Amino acid sequence: MALQDKYKPLTDEATASGVTNLSVREQDGVLYIDGTAPTGAVKDALWAKYGEIDPNFAGGDLILNINVAMDAAVTKVKVVTESSNLNIRKGPGTDQPIVGKAAHGETITLVNKSNDQWWLVRTDDGEEGYAYAQYLSAE
Amino acid sequence: MKILKVLPAMVLVTAIGFTSCKPKDADIKASIEKSLKDDPATANVSVMVNEGVATLSGEVKDDATKAASAEKAKAVKGVKDVVNNETLPAPEVAPAPVVVAADDALTSAVKDATKDFSTVTAAVADGVVTLTGTIEKSKLPKLMMALNGLHPKKIDNKLTVK
Repeated sequence: MALQDKYKPLTDEATASGVTNLSVREQDGVLYIDGTAPTGAVKDALWAKYGEIDPNFAGGDLILNINVAMDAAVTKVKVVTESSNLNIRKGPGTDQPIVGKAAHGETITLVNKSNDQWWLVRTDDGEEGYAYAQYLSAE
Repeated sequence: MKILKVLPAMVLVTAIGFTSCKPKDADIKASIEKSLKDDPATANVSVMVNEGVATLSGEVKDDATKAASAEKAKAVKGVKDVVNNETLPAPEVAPAPVVVAADDALTSAVKDATKDFSTVTAAVADGVVTLTGTIEKSKLPKLMMALNGLHPKKIDNKLTVK
């Protein structure tokens, strides 16, 4: 229960900001918070809250797994790498061969998100493959 | 022949006599309620009485309380039968245990997530991701967000934050 108290500001904020499917479980000294945030801003706010409680995320006692809800109608995503091109690969994994690249800031077509980490995308040049979801943002 | 004239009147008087001896439904209801109200565990039970048949409803904490309240109702004068519709609270559902990713899948997913962080080394053992090396403070949340989404058991972050 101590962990739930430690991270209570976080779970309270999750509830208040409309996180759905929220689940808070404690197991073997680690608190697992899962849920789906309505927007990316809500996810960022929750991480900011986590950063207030544990500035370097070094406690090793929380797994904060917050997805961002995405409208099924979304078909365009923007490449949000820091500055480089985004690799598009044949399969979901960095061990897969690169079949194309999308430029930083480019908007590409989202084909499906059957894999949480690797989304199937298609560029305007017709290159289709898997890109790392963290570098893609819904338009 | 006089007796024939008197007989219906006698029957009537007898009937009235019996009726007045039998407690009315409303009185039975009040008596049962009084007896249930004495115990906080059954204070919220609702009582209905129809022709001597008492129906109990509402939520009680357990089977024993349910049985005890029926006994109390039966003991009230005039109660012919008790229908016990009291309900018990729904059992608490234990949350599903946390599912940790298998090491093989986790190792490759961690490799993907840390690929663009060249100063970070990640090792996976029994679902625990151990991070060593250095990282810029501004990049730390992005790395942690990615790793937290991979269903690890735990993240042991030993990174030196610059």
